[in-house]
Amino acid sequence: MRDCCHKTSVVRRREVVGRVPDAPPRVFGSSGSPVDPRCVAAGPGAAWAHAPYPVLVADRDGGLVELNGAARQLWSDAVRGDKLRDTVPSWLAEAHGRFTDGTSGGAVRTAGAVADRFFEAHPTPTDEGDVVWWLVDDTDRRLAEAALAGTRRRTALLADVSGQLLSTLNLTRCLEATARMATDHLAEAAVLVAPPQGRRHPLTYAFRGGPVTRVTASVEVRDLPGLAEALQGFPPVPARWIDPARLPGWSRPAGFREPVGSVIVAPLPGHGVSAGALVLLRSSGEQAFSDDDELFARLFAARAGAALSAARLYTEQSSITATLMRELLPPRLESVHGVEYAGAYRPARDNEHIGGDFYDVHPGASPAEESLVTLGDVAGKGLDAAVLTGKIRNTLHALLPLATDHVRMLTLLNKALLSSPHTRFATLVLASVRRRGGEVALRLTSAGHLPPLIVRADGTVEEAATRGSLIGALPRVTATTARVTLRPGETCLLYTDGVTEARGGPLGDELFGEHRLKRVLAECAGLPAEAVVERIQMLTAQWLGPGSHDDIATVAIGAPRVSDRTVADDQGRARSTTHRRIP
Amino acid sequence: MTAPPATTHALVDALWQAVVHGDEHTAVEVVRDARADGVGEETLLLDVIAAVQERVGREWAAGRLTVAQEHAATALNERVISGLAHDRQRETGAGGTPRGRVTVSCVDGEWHALPARLVAEVLRLRGWRVDYLGAQTPTHHLVSHLHSTGSEAVLLSGSLPTRLPAAHAAVTACQAIGVPVMAGGRAFGPDGRYAHALGVDRWAPDARAAAAVLAEGLPAPDPAAARQVVDDLPHLTDQEYTFVARSRVLLVRQTMTALEDLFPPLRAYSDEQRERTAEDLSHIVEFLATALYVDDPALFTTFLDWTARVLEARGVPARSMVAALGALGHQLRDFPRSLRLLRRGTAALTDRSLRTADTCR
Repeated sequence: MRDCCHKTSVVRRREVVGRVPDAPPRVFGSSGSPVDPRCVAAGPGAAWAHAPYPVLVADRDGGLVELNGAARQLWSDAVRGDKLRDTVPSWLAEAHGRFTDGTSGGAVRTAGAVADRFFEAHPTPTDEGDVVWWLVDDTDRRLAEAALAGTRRRTALLADVSGQLLSTLNLTRCLEATARMATDHLAEAAVLVAPPQGRRHPLTYAFRGGPVTRVTASVEVRDLPGLAEALQGFPPVPARWIDPARLPGWSRPAGFREPVGSVIVAPLPGHGVSAGALVLLRSSGEQAFSDDDELFARLFAARAGAALSAARLYTEQSSITATLMRELLPPRLESVHGVEYAGAYRPARDNEHIGGDFYDVHPGASPAEESLVTLGDVAGKGLDAAVLTGKIRNTLHALLPLATDHVRMLTLLNKALLSSPHTRFATLVLASVRRRGGEVALRLTSAGHLPPLIVRADGTVEEAATRGSLIGALPRVTATTARVTLRPGETCLLYTDGVTEARGGPLGDELFGEHRLKRVLAECAGLPAEAVVERIQMLTAQWLGPGSHDDIATVAIGAPRVSDRTVADDQGRARSTTHRRIP
Repeated sequence: MTAPPATTHALVDALWQAVVHGDEHTAVEVVRDARADGVGEETLLLDVIAAVQERVGREWAAGRLTVAQEHAATALNERVISGLAHDRQRETGAGGTPRGRVTVSCVDGEWHALPARLVAEVLRLRGWRVDYLGAQTPTHHLVSHLHSTGSEAVLLSGSLPTRLPAAHAAVTACQAIGVPVMAGGRAFGPDGRYAHALGVDRWAPDARAAAAVLAEGLPAPDPAAARQVVDDLPHLTDQEYTFVARSRVLLVRQTMTALEDLFPPLRAYSDEQRERTAEDLSHIVEFLATALYVDDPALFTTFLDWTARVLEARGVPARSMVAALGALGHQLRDFPRSLRLLRRGTAALTDRSLRTADTCR
């Protein structure tokens, strides 16, 4: 029946094609482009019957007239006269209805699923008043688009995850961020199980709409299938093997009360050792984890594992550094036995805390005994120099009982340095300090170092008369010791050449120099020790600007100032007028 | 407990007298006695010690205190605060569980530590565990401190506007690791406008407000939204700030040379006077650069006005500054934003000298 029907069509079609030889046979164009109306008027022909896309013809009442071979594969039972609404999916039957009763307003292009495929359908009317539905298979494009959208979403998510995780080197923050992101993007609840500390595991819990909480608890990891394996770095156990009914109580966040429907246990790969495991929980109300979900959870866990390992490594390293550096940091100085001490230190490299300058104050056992102040400078800067300062400071500490004789102390230190594998040398100043009445008695010895400066109450600045050879270079040490007395309000400043050799200033490239230092000190007459070092540090910092510099260390030894009120009280007369009047 | 205003006034006067006379003993006693009399510690810190410190700054600007006296007074105020903290620790021991942990730090290169110290003490009083990093904290140290402690927030204190670019670097660095930043201090402008321009999470006008903001809770910034400074201040792409900041020394030198013609008395200056002048010029260039950074002429004119006041208080005529701005304008003739700032600065100085002339008449 169909064969006879086709014959006339074929003839007509040939005529059409013959008249327009260059025109492509657009009738069967697959893109859903508008179909040449002349061809439609000609009606479907034999080529139509063998077209690679399904085509069906229906009359205006929704009765099926024709199907081609491709359409027959979709609707194998259909026969002429069947009602469309009983045969094809409703989206197509309804579109046909709209097209024939004119409510669609002409062009109708519709789309929908047929079995597991997806089609776009384009109608064209025939001369007989029937409608030809041209179906274009769109399944692959749809699948590709869905896959692309999924990939984009996941890439954006992973970028976000990486951004969040890379931003912090703090382990606690990193754990919290991981748990929070897992519940934002992967599951309704999450538990991060960190490697055990002793017998206890740090656990981080999160669930949607709830807080992130952390506890450290002794838990039996074997109770959660797959967890022991994940913590040992074995490959993950598939989600479908884990029975949610067997979850131990500790494996769900307190406050997350939904019945659990599916579980993922993902290992967090670390730097060669496990960084822990991530447990993801979905309630039975939600869709169970798919293979894709599992794959994505593994990607997420890989990134989280790397970030957690980096944070853990940083934490360990900085704690090691802090421990080793504690001994090398400059001490915090304060008043001891009635003498003010203040120190300030600025290492050459601003990203380090230590360098090649050092100072210490070793208080005497009692106020009657001398305290020893040391300040020095090791050749070079940075960590290597700092290590040598540690050695010198320790040696000087051990030599404290000999501090009554500075030269002997320096001689022994020199021997110790010469016999050590370090090739660096050092310069230093020793100051033995004792309060005597209102005054402070000093013995000052320089070993190749800048002589200390004495700031007198009237603003005179004196250099201590001490000279000596540097340490760690020559077999013999020579040095002279100066005796100086500080009256109340007077200060002795020990400093390293980082102060005087600070290069900069408003015109650039000028040394701060001793004359500027002395001028500044002259203005510091009567100041407390910490104000003196603060002022010098501030001025040198200003002088340097953003320029590079050497280590800068200053120590001020001050005889406490007797305030004019105390003087007035003591002497029973009006306030002394030697001080500047404040209106 | 809040003291009646009369008591507070009397305490400010007593502490001021002790501090400017370098009388540590009396200074510590004034505050210790007040505390024993029931004056609240927060009142002592913010309404007495801070008030005295502010007066120290005012008196210095007016030329009634030397720089050295200012330093001495500040050092004494620090000792008074230490005394308070020491007494509190002795009485209360370690205290209860802290509300949370925060870090208080000065901007890199900022040496005015006292405002930050006061904030740190007030927050401790209110139950916070405070890491106080002090003055001149390199941003690098601040960030590694945050990594290793997991502080909930950073309170960044700044007094010198010229450190605003450094403050900006600190703000973005802290936020990039997910730690919110609250800024405070004179550097950030009277209404915190520069703090907001630098993209801080919050700005607080004083220590009490800072404590209130913390109590409210400060949400953590999204570290994935890490940004570069130019994202906050797009005008920086015109490179004017970069050029002026990098050429500071050169601009100062050339301006010095030009000033010898424009302002003849300069030729008779001693070396020390010339150095002072060069330092003043250096400050002008630094403030010009900072005004370019935040793109606000008010930052520049406020500085010029203040400097003119300081110079006049020391008997130095401010008209030399107008000549300096002219010389700078000649060197920066290809930089439209700089020129606008210099014109505004000149106008502000000229207005000022007219006003001064009026009052003289």
